[in-house]
Amino acid sequence: MSEIPGDLKFMKSHEWARVEDDGLIRVGISDHAQGLLGDLVYVELPAVGDSVQAGNACAVVESVKAASDVYAPVSGEVVEINAALGDKPETINEDAYGEGWIFAVRPSNKDELEDLLDPDAYAELLDSEEH
Amino acid sequence: MSKTTILNATHRALGAKMVDFGGWDMPLNYGSQIEEHHAVRRDAGMFDVSHMTVVDLRGDGVRPFLRRLVANSVDKLKVSGKALYTCMLNAEGGVIDDLIVYYLGEDFFRIVVNAATRDKDLAWIAAQAAAFGVSISERRDLVMIAVQGPQARTRVLALLSPAAAAAAAALGKFAACEGDGLFIARTGYTGEDGFEIMVPETVALTFWNRLREAGVTPAGLGARDTLRLEAGMNLYGQDMDETVTPYEAGLAWTVALDAGRDFTGRAVLEAQRTAGAPQQMVGLVLDDKGVLRHGQKVLTASGAGEILSGTFSPTLGKAIAFARIPAGDPGAVRVDIRGRELPVRVVKYPFVRDGRACPGI
Repeated sequence: MSEIPGDLKFMKSHEWARVEDDGLIRVGISDHAQGLLGDLVYVELPAVGDSVQAGNACAVVESVKAASDVYAPVSGEVVEINAALGDKPETINEDAYGEGWIFAVRPSNKDELEDLLDPDAYAELLDSEEH
Repeated sequence: MSKTTILNATHRALGAKMVDFGGWDMPLNYGSQIEEHHAVRRDAGMFDVSHMTVVDLRGDGVRPFLRRLVANSVDKLKVSGKALYTCMLNAEGGVIDDLIVYYLGEDFFRIVVNAATRDKDLAWIAAQAAAFGVSISERRDLVMIAVQGPQARTRVLALLSPAAAAAAAALGKFAACEGDGLFIARTGYTGEDGFEIMVPETVALTFWNRLREAGVTPAGLGARDTLRLEAGMNLYGQDMDETVTPYEAGLAWTVALDAGRDFTGRAVLEAQRTAGAPQQMVGLVLDDKGVLRHGQKVLTASGAGEILSGTFSPTLGKAIAFARIPAGDPGAVRVDIRGRELPVRVVKYPFVRDGRACPGI
């Protein structure tokens, strides 16, 4: 298992959120999640301009094995999508916390970030799922 | 507690992600299912399939017994080592299991049935065999390794003694021989050439390691599933079970209605052949993005059906599936994927054979 970057926040459903310098929140799925799914073959992205609600499904990642919803960690407007995943969904397998990001949101309520797990709490969650 | 094959520790040492399959703890993949899939299509891969059930049937009555037990005709088996793919049916024509039958002598046939169906298969076979004086012996002492791919036979032959290599090299498709204490069959479940090899468990680990050193890639059940679906091969429990006949499962080619042979389920099959089966199995290709999966609803001109096996095909780069739909011309077919109805093409399968997409796919 790769290191969990310290600047991320997590949902229990394995999405990560990174607050960037310009205030945007970039979203992806954790390295643990991509490992559970296996080889990804298809990503259904939201559209730029979509309004998303924290905790609601707004993208789908499909591996050979299964389809899995991706939930929005915070509410806001989708301002960027990672269109490169259309041709190379396996980027999520290779670099879940970097090039494998899925979309970026301009948050409408930054307080929602407080509801997410910090890296230590997320690592504990993974530990408890394994035992 | 899951059952384990003799290679279990080896799979774990290779970093396999393990999964329960029919009560067995088996490797799903050793890292990337797609890379393992491509290794089999382009070079050579190997699968531990020791969870499958090998059963030896002996006795003077074994051929008459098999004439009754299975829907294909064992009278096609005339040369020692020749194999036959078939189903055994219940009285209603439903598929109890699919199996391979090897003819090894007039008083000796070997069959290979599925892992998950072992208990009911052995009970059924024992009950049917009583009247024929056939002895039934399960061969848990044999480990089965499937070596598959365009380079599979070459890699295996290089590990055999000259005599065994000559015998194995001379095998036609769907035939087996013995050599070096191994049972070597030119069969498989991937749509590629190769061997399925039964190895005494005392030497199985050594044989597996020699194959690895020869450059054969270990592959898990994940790749096995995508390979067999591309190859147009059914999976018991998903594509057929006791509620459907071979005609409703795309297996008409495995049924022999030869004169004078009273096999179990024959009456139902004859009636379906005359009146037509109520359902049919078809192959589907999705040209749009998305993945066809088991349980998705299939909409046709003659009514609704369901995806049986569905997956992303690594060779084709798009989703393929088997579906069971009502009999008749299906017209334009759509599949409901999470509330969206996507058009799919009905195709003749196999989808892939010998490393290439089949015509029309």
